[in-house]
Amino acid sequence: MSETKALESMIGEEYKYGFTTDVEYEDFPKGINEDVVRLISEKKNEPEWMTEFRLKAYRAWTEMEEPSWFNATYEKPKFDTLQFYSAPKNKPKLNSLDEVDPNIRETYEKLGIPLDEQKMLAGVAVDAVFDSVSIFTTFKEKLAEAGVIFCSISEAVQDYPELVKKYMGSVVPVRDNFYAALNSAVFSDGSFCYVPKDTICPMELSTYFRINNMNSGQFERTLIIAEENSHVSYLEGCTAPMFDEHQLHAAVVELVALDNAEIKYSTIQNWYSGDEEGRGGIYNFVTKRGACRGKNSKISWTQLETGSAVTLKYPSVILQGDNSVGEFFSVAVTNKRQQADTGTKMIHIGKNTKSTIISKGISAGRSDNSYRGQVKISKKADNARNYSQCDSMLIGQTCGAHTFPYIESANPTGKIEHEATTSRVGEDQIFYLQQRGISEDDAISLIVNGFCKEVLKELPMEFAVEANKLLGIKLEGSVG
Amino acid sequence: MLELKNLHAEVEGEGIEILKGVNLKVNKGEIHAIMGPNGSGKSTLAKVIAGHPEYEVTGGDIIYKGESILEMDPDERAHAGVFLAFQYPVEVPGVTNTTLLRESYNTIAASRGREELDPLEFDDYIREKLDLVEMNPDFLERSVNTGFSGGEKKRNEIFQMAVLQPTLSLLDETDSGLDIDALRIVSEGINKLHGEEDAVVLITHYQRLLNYIVPDYVHVMLGGRIVKSGGKELAFELEEKGYDWLESLAKVNGEAK
Repeated sequence: MSETKALESMIGEEYKYGFTTDVEYEDFPKGINEDVVRLISEKKNEPEWMTEFRLKAYRAWTEMEEPSWFNATYEKPKFDTLQFYSAPKNKPKLNSLDEVDPNIRETYEKLGIPLDEQKMLAGVAVDAVFDSVSIFTTFKEKLAEAGVIFCSISEAVQDYPELVKKYMGSVVPVRDNFYAALNSAVFSDGSFCYVPKDTICPMELSTYFRINNMNSGQFERTLIIAEENSHVSYLEGCTAPMFDEHQLHAAVVELVALDNAEIKYSTIQNWYSGDEEGRGGIYNFVTKRGACRGKNSKISWTQLETGSAVTLKYPSVILQGDNSVGEFFSVAVTNKRQQADTGTKMIHIGKNTKSTIISKGISAGRSDNSYRGQVKISKKADNARNYSQCDSMLIGQTCGAHTFPYIESANPTGKIEHEATTSRVGEDQIFYLQQRGISEDDAISLIVNGFCKEVLKELPMEFAVEANKLLGIKLEGSVG
Repeated sequence: MLELKNLHAEVEGEGIEILKGVNLKVNKGEIHAIMGPNGSGKSTLAKVIAGHPEYEVTGGDIIYKGESILEMDPDERAHAGVFLAFQYPVEVPGVTNTTLLRESYNTIAASRGREELDPLEFDDYIREKLDLVEMNPDFLERSVNTGFSGGEKKRNEIFQMAVLQPTLSLLDETDSGLDIDALRIVSEGINKLHGEEDAVVLITHYQRLLNYIVPDYVHVMLGGRIVKSGGKELAFELEEKGYDWLESLAKVNGEAK
């Protein structure tokens, strides 16, 4: 399978990932209580400290209220009927690809993510997460040669308990927010990556998330640690089948960069977004945060958000190390009845820290698209600098775009620049391109791609072309 | 090539009629100039022929290459060889001139069953065309019309015309905003592009453009109609007598009906 072909099918035309896979699931009780949390931990054969971590989070969660400060309205998830753990039957641990349930294997083939290393994209290692469980991680051996650990978080709990213990919850504490607390209690799997000192990860790492089971939530947990002088680039992709009911996806991603380390984290999010009337679609409530702990470290978030019925997501960077750098590049597209409230937080603590925010919001149909960003310069952060640029583009007359910047500076040497624009894709712009022979849909796609160019160029090259296509497909027929 | 038959058009949804029965016949190989004061309907006429969705044709017909094109979308008309050089070229930030033109060229080529050009072949092809309007190659990598001066935008339109090689070119006030040197360059470009197989319709306020591009016919538009047609000497007469002269003429015609 050629690179392009694989990517094409990964991102898709229309929503062609709406299919479900027939898999036998382990029985698991619905709803949540301490016994359920214990049972999850038991199923995963976890050490006691992990069980305690979960219980502490669960207890915190029961005391928290579901937030409602964002610019979106939706029916709250029903936690008492939700299934918090969902795993395909009979596959506790896989040693070779032949042991993967053929139906699941086929699913990934269909999604354009063959797990067979021979057929993989050159230079991209994949961890495939199906519902709540990591199914298979490719190129493990090749990565191990470089000293890079890339495996499921469950394996990491078993094989690298010290690392997990040290870093899990250190960036996103269990009490951080309602959904982070819930995730900390019930997270089922996810990816773990550790890049040792003086190591440049030899290939792109990626995790491919798939929700299949209709009644289950997906709570995955990702933890990436980049030791001194290391570098890693990581990409996640997401799809889900089409159901009339909403499904909950509440992930937590934690990144830790030590001295001179760099982590680049890219997301292409294409969860099912619901139909024209807003039926079905994923609730995407995730907490993503990186800590630049070391001097001269750098964390860069790039996201292309196109799916989900409701998105609440603010990938953030805590700039602790002196001279550290945080970046956030985002394209959020909403169409039909989608609602997205997304942005970032840049918390400047170290001296000479620098952050850049480039956000491009595109709203079409009857959707609502909000940018919400916080830039905070603390007292000790001498000479901190931030540049923010938030541009919104409206397509049609029935959508909304909103910008909510929060700026706090406790240090007089801080420098914060904020620019915002709103534009509408006009009839004249489309007519101009149509007059040059380009169809209406292609014209919109061209205009939108031009608008997002600064962000799209930040995506790993292997995925950039397809990202362009995804944008076009997402907005097809959105005018007239 | 082009025949307008009693063409009526109004602003979509507003019921304001702008074209009130335009008749015009353009044969291949010809250059026509349409002159007239502000608000006479010249630009509207060009946009209606190109299929701008803001206007609704309420009567009459547009026959192009022997067929009515009223039901065709603007891009289909472009595929058929209709080109409009805009009075106010539109900015498309983030999209380079090359990207737009390659997309245009290949879409049009595909619709005519011609071979598409790959990026390298296309690059060779457009660089040749640059010389025609004396444009710097830097233009190719700049976003379409973004931050261009008024004159650069107009030159860019003619550059696009050179690349796309239309059969019917509607040039809407291409001369306005050009200094004398740019006017000469643009005019020479148009003259070079024009041949036996295509037709050009120039829309202009001023006679000065016609010193460079000599039309076969001059038409005067007033109040949404062509009120007078003639040879190139009509332009000189207009320059001398002004549009007032024709306004009284139009009035007489109107009352006579």
